[in-house]
Amino acid sequence: MKENTYYLGIDVGSVSTNFVLINENEEIVEKIYLKTNGQPIKAICEGLEYIRSRLNERINNYGNYGQFDNYSQFNEQSAQQFNYQSGIKSLVKGVGTTGSGRHLAAIIVGADVVKNEITAHAVAAQKVVPDVKSILEIGGQDSKIIILKNGIVYDFAMNTVCAAGTGSFLDRQAARLGIPISEFGKFALRSKSPVRIAGRCAVFAESDMIHKQQAGHSLEDIICGLCEGLVRNYLNNLAKGKEINPPIVFQGGVAANVGIVAAFEKALGQKIIIPEHYDVMGAYGAAIIAREKMENQQSETKFRGFEAADNVYSTKTIECNGCSNICEIIQIMSGKNVMSCWGDRCGKWSSSLLRYERIEAGS
Amino acid sequence: MKVTFPHMGNMYICVKALLDDLDIDYILPPFTSKKTLEIGTKHVPECACLPLKITLGNLMEAYELGADTVLMVGGCGPCRFGYYCEMHREILHDLGTNMKVITLEPPHGDVKEFLRRIKNLTNNAGIFKILHAIKNATKIAIAVDDLERLTFKIRPREVEKGAVNEIYNQFKRDVINLKGSKEIIKFIEETEKKLLQIKTDESFKPLKIGIVGEIYTTIDDYTSFSIQQRLGGMGVEVHRYVTVSNWITEHIIKQTLKLPRDLRFAKAARPYLGTMIGGHAQETVGNTILYAQDGYDGVIQIYPLTCMPEIVAESILPAVERDYDIPVLTLIIDEMTGEAGYFTRVEAFIDLLHRRREKKQVEGKYILSGN
Repeated sequence: MKENTYYLGIDVGSVSTNFVLINENEEIVEKIYLKTNGQPIKAICEGLEYIRSRLNERINNYGNYGQFDNYSQFNEQSAQQFNYQSGIKSLVKGVGTTGSGRHLAAIIVGADVVKNEITAHAVAAQKVVPDVKSILEIGGQDSKIIILKNGIVYDFAMNTVCAAGTGSFLDRQAARLGIPISEFGKFALRSKSPVRIAGRCAVFAESDMIHKQQAGHSLEDIICGLCEGLVRNYLNNLAKGKEINPPIVFQGGVAANVGIVAAFEKALGQKIIIPEHYDVMGAYGAAIIAREKMENQQSETKFRGFEAADNVYSTKTIECNGCSNICEIIQIMSGKNVMSCWGDRCGKWSSSLLRYERIEAGS
Repeated sequence: MKVTFPHMGNMYICVKALLDDLDIDYILPPFTSKKTLEIGTKHVPECACLPLKITLGNLMEAYELGADTVLMVGGCGPCRFGYYCEMHREILHDLGTNMKVITLEPPHGDVKEFLRRIKNLTNNAGIFKILHAIKNATKIAIAVDDLERLTFKIRPREVEKGAVNEIYNQFKRDVINLKGSKEIIKFIEETEKKLLQIKTDESFKPLKIGIVGEIYTTIDDYTSFSIQQRLGGMGVEVHRYVTVSNWITEHIIKQTLKLPRDLRFAKAARPYLGTMIGGHAQETVGNTILYAQDGYDGVIQIYPLTCMPEIVAESILPAVERDYDIPVLTLIIDEMTGEAGYFTRVEAFIDLLHRRREKKQVEGKYILSGN
């Protein structure tokens, strides 16, 4: 039976919401990359729905053809049993969430482990490249660098100054220049002599780009210059003299941009490894952490099941007037029931619910 | 005359005792809140550090409640904070509040001037009464800090999560209803007993983290997003050398009376920072080393944006990190700081420390627990 159970990892980021389903061997069997579009709850439900349909398909395929990759060890009986939704739920043995929306996702889906992005990314990268020493991660609105020594996270940094060089900014520039973001990197590779663009700040970078544009430089050279400027900014502002030793893994949505990758390779003078599932590494890490935790604890998962996607969720913000802090309390509602709330400093609201539903930073 | 004073962590408890004992009429500003910060940010130059913004907000809130005189510690401060009493005087004047600012410090070690200022304040109370009140206030400062240290120890080990916070936060709220040092000391003792009765898990070995950095941001719970309480809740035992009582005894009393000070931190910091450069930079570097020598798992440095002494310390800490093999996380706070990003870093840091400890225990064999 063990071969047929799965673990779900969810990464709710500022720009994308990713789902990863792994098997007991910690291999990715399903993944989906969705745009958050500012509506994380919708994205979470959509992702759940997708995973449900894919799992259903797997079961049905088994029913029709008698076998299906990981299901080969299924017997007839258990296959039929799993044709029901409750059965699909029981296939998922653990759920981990990460990303800036990790607490929200944990409430809606029912997560066993809620982990920060740094740990999740490090775990996933180590799974792919066991002896990785440096991890560069650039996502929608933040960038991180993680340095590992002897297999453990030794040092890390997240961007503090500015979002220049993250996915959102590149998206915006691509839209401004009228190039699809998927083509952006290729333009950079065609450049013969890149211009120098100030990459410290998104606003300055943009005005510098416009200036270079008006001076008549080619689009290719400007884009290549931008990529190099952003990489320079990353290394100066984030890495700040940290030793970046190979093997270097580059992940996050921006790793799809060949221009940035080339600029990193040029600046570091090293080969950069891009994992196959570079775009969902956070979710992958969360799934791995969930699997390890469940294996150690031998306890039942808190997963609410895929029906969670069918409920209607809403959030309500209330201002608490209990004291002068005037905290903004966020309540997550499912229909008329309050599922969870947070945002209070004193614990008046969050502890009024059952204790296990409280948002504990270290859970 | 209605006196008021700004908040700094639990300092209000001992100042309150002092003013009660000297029969000075005073107004305790409301606890620091978002509103306090908003008022402060509005009237203080943007590039000044966060403590000035918060303390000014405190004073304005007290002014609205009818206060007309400000008691401000100068601490003979070698960092900007020592100058903030003057800043307050100017800003409060510009705002047309007509508040009088009295700086409690012995200028150039002039004890006579210090006592003269207090004497004026107390309508010429006897010198014995003043010294007695100061002694009791110091005693309370020490007792409150001991109480806080006790919560640092119990919180990670408590069986029922939140038990310490319940008692401790109630203490902080209720103490303002008492009058005089006697009652306050009694209340502190009662609270201590209650805390000691909390059921703890003695077999649990929590991670140990030392807190270093600028005094205001490390001491004041509002400013640091209650990081010490949060870490305790995550099962981490914290320790902090810099406290209100330490500041009163080391900086004000011992310096004024020219008594020998506890300078272990300076000795430890000497190879890296041989001289006092202002603020608590030398303490930050020195205490980090002391924590490393005491076998702590990690150190968190906290300081308000633009704090020059701490910036210097921050740039020295990587060398300490390397030489003593102790991880350091630096957190910088100002009114723009987002809580989510802040705690993501803290969480990741705790994960890092957990794994380092596991790694040390398993000697060479690498296991990844995910917790």
